[in-house]
Amino acid sequence: MSEFDLNKALEKDLITRRELLRTAGRGAGAFSLAAFLTACGVGGTKGKEVTDEQAASIWDNATKNGVLSFANWPLYIDQKKVNGKVIHPSLDRFEKDTGIEVTYKEPVNENETFFSTIQPSLAAGKPTGYDIVVLTNGATLSKMIRLNYLTPLEHSYLKNFEQYAAPKYKDPSYDPGNEYTVPWQSGITGIGYNPKLTGREITSFNDLLDPEFKGKVGMFGDTLDLPNFAMAGMGVNPETSTPDDWTAAADMLTKQRDDGIVRQYYQQNYIKALSSGDVWLTMAWSGDVFQAQNSGSPDLKFVVPDEGGILWTDNMCIPAHAENPVDAITMMDYVYQPEIAAIIADWVWYITPVPAAQEIIANDLKDKAVAESPLVFPTEEMYNSTYRYRVLTTEEEQEWNATFEPIYQS
Amino acid sequence: MRKRLAPYLLIVPGGVWLALFFLVPLLVMLSVSTQTGNIEDGFSQTFHFQNYVDGIKQYAPQLLRSLEYGTIATLAALLIAYPMAYWIAFYGGRNKSTFLLLLLLPFFVSFVVRTLSWEFLLADQGIILGPLKDLGVLPNDFHVLATPFAVICGLTYNFLPFMALPLYVGLERLDRRVVEAAQDLYASKTEVFRKVILPLSMPGVLAGVMLTFIPASADFINASILGGPSTTMIGNIIQTLFLNNFDYPLASALGFVVMAVLLLAMFLYARRVGTDELKEFTT
Repeated sequence: MSEFDLNKALEKDLITRRELLRTAGRGAGAFSLAAFLTACGVGGTKGKEVTDEQAASIWDNATKNGVLSFANWPLYIDQKKVNGKVIHPSLDRFEKDTGIEVTYKEPVNENETFFSTIQPSLAAGKPTGYDIVVLTNGATLSKMIRLNYLTPLEHSYLKNFEQYAAPKYKDPSYDPGNEYTVPWQSGITGIGYNPKLTGREITSFNDLLDPEFKGKVGMFGDTLDLPNFAMAGMGVNPETSTPDDWTAAADMLTKQRDDGIVRQYYQQNYIKALSSGDVWLTMAWSGDVFQAQNSGSPDLKFVVPDEGGILWTDNMCIPAHAENPVDAITMMDYVYQPEIAAIIADWVWYITPVPAAQEIIANDLKDKAVAESPLVFPTEEMYNSTYRYRVLTTEEEQEWNATFEPIYQS
Repeated sequence: MRKRLAPYLLIVPGGVWLALFFLVPLLVMLSVSTQTGNIEDGFSQTFHFQNYVDGIKQYAPQLLRSLEYGTIATLAALLIAYPMAYWIAFYGGRNKSTFLLLLLLPFFVSFVVRTLSWEFLLADQGIILGPLKDLGVLPNDFHVLATPFAVICGLTYNFLPFMALPLYVGLERLDRRVVEAAQDLYASKTEVFRKVILPLSMPGVLAGVMLTFIPASADFINASILGGPSTTMIGNIIQTLFLNNFDYPLASALGFVVMAVLLLAMFLYARRVGTDELKEFTT
């Protein structure tokens, strides 16, 4: 109890109060000045520009190290329980075939928050501890590309990708020429609903605005799906939308909220609310609804609304300064073999970028339900009714966030 | 000489600690709060005080809501904790320490886990609301989660020990002879409490209110787990600005606004209650 002792000291006039304050003040003054000066200006966090030669040299000097650290979203790779232990058959095959030992982790729950955990290392030019990270095409991924936080890919390692990836998943607008990323899985943002509760089939975005479903509608609380999906619902192509469209979409969503139609703005937990009946219809991701249908909620349905849904892609990429880039890119290419893609797609039920996996799932894995599901292998028609996310510049992103965040954070 | 130095030496550990981990970060934040820029090109000092104006303008509702929730939760905690602390201090007998341990027991479990268990308890079809709905006592669309009530309950529950402990200490130290004297002078039980015990326990109340009100108003866990779209508190906003938007200047500015408001509130409150009593309490 130093406070107590100090009081005693003061009482006994060992030091006067004023003296103490003066000395303390002087010390603090010196400190604060120094601190203030060093603190003036937070340096840009942009990584160094990587020239083609430098990029080539990353790959020239890199060798296979036999280890690899993989950061993915939860429940996003095939798994099996053997003797009470969870194993990943596709990763085991990879380890056997290549001799590379994989440390597989599931730390990604949200793009931004995950980025903020690795950003300090990247800004300091240090390895993040991950050799592959999976991120959705969107603001965070674009930001990482702009900041030079990703390692450019050496396409001579990507033979399977070139051969087996669907043309649709090559050369995307968010990463021309697949310079930094290759797709992991894709999905569609649409509407999930329980026809028993809604009492009718859901076909349109406007059903989410129907006062009949007051308090029974779920929406996403994010700045990615919520705005883009709403604009698609208004008949606007999000990719070419203008700030005026954003305001109009925000007004519509605000009205929907103020009318009491939205029960809650969800993150990953919307599917629980849909299964338990807390909400009757909700914005949803295709694979989640399919998984729920197969695990206790067979009534649930998923629909891409007439106005259109959003097709998004989660991408594998190698963070800058990764320690094992060759091992990483070997893995990225490995999963494009149709057999491996089939094993993964047959468990995660999202859209695989490898169309050849369909036959293997049907014939070798004998899983008709998955092979024939339009949610895993969408029809051309389904693809045609989807849009992509708006790609935002830094300035646009600030305005975008300021427009849409107040909807679910008010 | 040594005698003169001793008091300074005594404050060195605490002083260095405060300087390094409180003062320096605080000044850095102060500096950041008037900067402009973005995460890609960096932030530079432009003395852009507009950040404060923007922050207050944009987030006044959340700021006021935080103070409101904080105040209600503090009052609720006071009402719950006072009788509890009183009982332990006056009637706890030999088992006082056991009761105190029971009071502290929830602290052994992580804050987030405790809040998540509330989410489980209050769920729409959870173990409380589920049966009541099945019995028809409650309408089917009744829900507690995502309401201000749920958030305030969470705040009250989580910060209750911060209120109870200072109250207990205050009541425990109360000179019993004064109480006896009041009784000898024919004061009724109510009068003893109102005129002797309550005033003498005010320092404990003041400390408890401070320890509860400040963290409760700035909390973001309860609102994000138990709340809904219209229960966002200022802590949630600052968190989003920092971690999602990387808008460090606006987030820092808001941080300072919150600090200033809380300090002001506490200052006014302490003036009303009187700091002399607080001093008495600490020596």
